[in-house]
Amino acid sequence: MLILTCPCCGVAAEETELQPGGEAHLKRFGPGSSDDAFEAYMFARANPKGVHFERWRHAYGCGKWFLAARCTATLEVFGTYSAQTKEPPAEIVTKIRAKRPDWAGWSA
Amino acid sequence: MKRYSVFAVAREALRNHQGWDRAWAKADPKPRYDAIVVGAGGHGLASAYYLGRNHGITNVAVIEKGWLGGGNTGRNTTIIRSNYLQDPSAAIYEKSRSLYETLSQDLNYNIMFSPRGVMMLAQTQHEVRGYLRTAHANALQGVATEFIGPERVKELVPIIDTNGPRYPVLGALWQPRAGTARHDAVAWGYARACSAMGMDIIQNCEVTGIRREGGKVTGVETTKGAIGCDRLGIVVAGHSSQLADMAGFRLPIESVALQALVSEPIKPCMDVVVMANTVHGYLSQSDKGEMVIGGGTDGFNNYTQRGSWHHIEETVRALVETFPMLSRLKMLRQWGGIVDMTGDRSPIISKTPVEGVFVNCGWGTGGFKAIPGSGWAMAELMAKGASPLAEEFSMFRFREGKFIDESVAAGVAH
Ligand SMILES: Cc1cc2nc3c(=O)[nH]c(=O)nc-3n(C[C@H](O)[C@H](O)[C@H](O)COP(=O)(O)OP(=O)(O)OC[C@H]3O[C@@H](n4cnc5c(N)ncnc54)[C@H](O)[C@@H]3O)c2cc1C
Ligand SMILES: [Zn+2]
Repeated sequence: MLILTCPCCGVAAEETELQPGGEAHLKRFGPGSSDDAFEAYMFARANPKGVHFERWRHAYGCGKWFLAARCTATLEVFGTYSAQTKEPPAEIVTKIRAKRPDWAGWSA
Repeated sequence: MKRYSVFAVAREALRNHQGWDRAWAKADPKPRYDAIVVGAGGHGLASAYYLGRNHGITNVAVIEKGWLGGGNTGRNTTIIRSNYLQDPSAAIYEKSRSLYETLSQDLNYNIMFSPRGVMMLAQTQHEVRGYLRTAHANALQGVATEFIGPERVKELVPIIDTNGPRYPVLGALWQPRAGTARHDAVAWGYARACSAMGMDIIQNCEVTGIRREGGKVTGVETTKGAIGCDRLGIVVAGHSSQLADMAGFRLPIESVALQALVSEPIKPCMDVVVMANTVHGYLSQSDKGEMVIGGGTDGFNNYTQRGSWHHIEETVRALVETFPMLSRLKMLRQWGGIVDMTGDRSPIISKTPVEGVFVNCGWGTGGFKAIPGSGWAMAELMAKGASPLAEEFSMFRFREGKFIDESVAAGVAH
């Protein structure tokens, strides 16, 4: 069972307490943007086999959104962090680099 | 290829089965092919088969990183139906179901198609209305379905409890000509027929790169070396995003785990397929007597081919309420497959931004039933550049907002 520590309330929450919210750090495009940009924001996903940054909600706990870095090929969790960030924090990136030397890195 | 027949069985019985050929030839890659299909699941093999059979293109290789049929094709619960709501879906799924009816004869391989009927239970008023609507739509589309009441449900499925405390059975959408088939046999039958046409089926060979020149495909890189081609079909289900990445574009796809399980074998107790979408479980009995059970997907991206425990628990809990006798059964095996979910939960059969590259994916939790029809459309698209069956399933529909929203329409993904 997947266990993620909610950075908002500190609870190590089981999967059944959490609601997955898809890829994190998407740049929002709205009215006035190009069709390409809007389509990419709405639908195109990296869907990597490996390091993935994603949104979660502590739905049956404190109710807050947060972000997690996880490996989709092994289910290993690298860490969780606040949703009020535009990119993965340095300490999470360092941790991932140590464990996945071939990782191409995060790009917007 | 020696044909299978009752005479062949008799002949081989008399000589200790020494004379059977390999079903398909072992192949090493040639330097180039007219067309390459990546992925030897049902959809990839069917695409190759109809390229040869319908369009005369036989200089074809099917490249598979593992073993043939080892992906979702060999992991699914084999439900075949075509009672969809939207016209483009009804067209391709009904084409597919009708091809299944004669597939054993066409391939000279017994795929054990069993048109035993599929019943989708209505357990809320909302579902009753939804399925009545689908039945009317199906009548217009020429797909034979009907809405039946709880008495008829009980008659067809005596082991069901129609008066369950939480979700009583209010009726069902019934498609008598829907059913099941043997999943491995579908892959094996297509592979044998492809091999007989001279195509190469190359297993244990992973595609690791896609070569392009001036926006056009020129070949693939694989663990067995580079192979050239004019046309490339990407048919890799859960790994579609990886292949798209190699070709330099993105797809509206996320890969998640879907699970199934089977019970110990028991005597025949249910001769139709039942889907209970409100409680999210579906059930059929295999020819060996096992109860074959499927449920819901996990919500997070996953490539591990194993899903979360609580989904099995939820599925079984729901089914036990509707089929009380299941509570006494032991479950034998459980497994998962990585399914490719699109933004509107409908498939993609499409050209791509790279000339000569075509993609067939997004069948998600429900593409076994679509294998013949999807292969038919994909082959036409690869051979002629367009296919009426595939037209609405273009990957560019997401830009235009032309969704084929079956998920919301039918309330179920498979
Ligand atoms: C548990 C479960 C139950 C299901 N139940 C049903 C059902 O009842 N009815 C129904 O209609 N559908 C059902 N489905 C869905 C159905 O199984 C799939 O939609 C269908 O099998 C997809 O077939 P495919 O040929 O596209 O993919 P697959 O069979 O997965 O084949 C894709 C192949 O591509 C190969 N590949 C991937 N990457 C590479 C690479 N880089 N190089 C070379 N090869 C590669 C893989 O190894 C794989 O063999 C179910 C699925 C699951 C998991
Ligand atoms: Zn919390």
